[in-house]
Amino acid sequence: MTSTHRLSLTVNGQAHDCEVEARLTLADCLRDKLDLTGTHLGCEHGVCGACTVVVDGAAVRSCLIFAVQAQGAEIKTVEGLADGDRLSDLQQAFHDNFALQCGFCTPGFLATAEAFLSENPSPTRAEVQSAISGNICRCTGYVSIIDAILETAARRRGEPV
Amino acid sequence: MKPPKFDYFAPTEIADALTLIAEHGEDSRFLAGGQSLVPMLNFRVAAPSALIDLNRVAELQQVRVDDSGDLHLGAMTRTRQIECDPVIGAANPLLQAAASHIAHVQIRNRGTIGGSLAHADPAAELPGIVLVCNALLHIAGPAGKRVVIAEAFFESVFSTALADGELLTEIVFPAWPAARRWAFQEVSRREGDFAMVGIAAWFDTDDDNRITEARLAAIGAGDTPLRLPSAEAALVGNVADAALFADAAQAGIADLQPGSDIHASAEYRREVGGVLVGRVLTQAWERN
Repeated sequence: MTSTHRLSLTVNGQAHDCEVEARLTLADCLRDKLDLTGTHLGCEHGVCGACTVVVDGAAVRSCLIFAVQAQGAEIKTVEGLADGDRLSDLQQAFHDNFALQCGFCTPGFLATAEAFLSENPSPTRAEVQSAISGNICRCTGYVSIIDAILETAARRRGEPV
Repeated sequence: MKPPKFDYFAPTEIADALTLIAEHGEDSRFLAGGQSLVPMLNFRVAAPSALIDLNRVAELQQVRVDDSGDLHLGAMTRTRQIECDPVIGAANPLLQAAASHIAHVQIRNRGTIGGSLAHADPAAELPGIVLVCNALLHIAGPAGKRVVIAEAFFESVFSTALADGELLTEIVFPAWPAARRWAFQEVSRREGDFAMVGIAAWFDTDDDNRITEARLAAIGAGDTPLRLPSAEAALVGNVADAALFADAAQAGIADLQPGSDIHASAEYRREVGGVLVGRVLTQAWERN
């Protein structure tokens, strides 16, 4: 037995309507129904953090929420960061600090970092480390990612970096 | 993988949730934060015929402190709120401190206290905290409402006193004296991992620094969260000092019933548990 549901949600400021099976995860809904393939699926059981998106202001694993549960929600994904070809400040900082290599984990790190910086605009290095502890990167060794997030926080505070 | 097929309902009232679970029988499950159940669906180790989603039941999200100082948490209170809400921190600082050890922020943003308790992972933090705090668990079901003390709630690994069709609705933490000493520590390989062992403790003292009441609990050290009666007995009636904490740590080892798994041997867990008892008592004492 399965049920299908009509779903309305807002992704990166744009309203969407779609019909989803109850078992469709939010991650698969974004990728397959809305063609927003920037959100990546790694482990599909809440360990790797690659699928992290921001739902109503909070970073969550989109593989552990069903799309039907996001009815009425406001969602931000990696596609909402850049302005056309112009990278966001956080994305630019990742680029400048070599904070990605293969890039598979990057959308999850960016979503996690955006939610984190909106809650904590002046983080310590230890707080950044803790904030990204739920995201796995197998390329960088994390140091460059922490540098990029700290640099973005400093720039947003108007400090020279 | 992808989860198996299921029917989905999102009631807004507790009564409707109970009706739905009764209608759909024992194959149906309540869905709380989903941070344990959805991985089980994705692995296909669970295949419920229907999910009754509790996320739209406003009554289950209420948080309040009553006139006697008891802290009432609706079962759908999210871990992140427990970690951050100053009202909760003032009403029970031990609960708040332990919440920050739970998984990662993305998990804490969704996971709920009721979900964690009903799941009853013996290494999870919140079951140990409700046990050490002597919290009351309010349950609603087809036969009406009942209240279970934390000590009677956890029966075995992933097994609780909840019967088919019953719903954990509210967790009530008894009022917390301002002068109470408390601490929580755990050892895990990486931040956010399940604890290999964790210890929560609190004690009250009189004007002569004599311990009048003490309670300790261990996580990751048995099939359920465990109280440490030997450590408690070693403390009560005696003057708090380093030598007493060392005695209690030694006594507490006998209360642990750890198993061996890929993460740590039983012997290692027992040794770490004893060390942690000493550390949390010292931290609790030195904090003020």
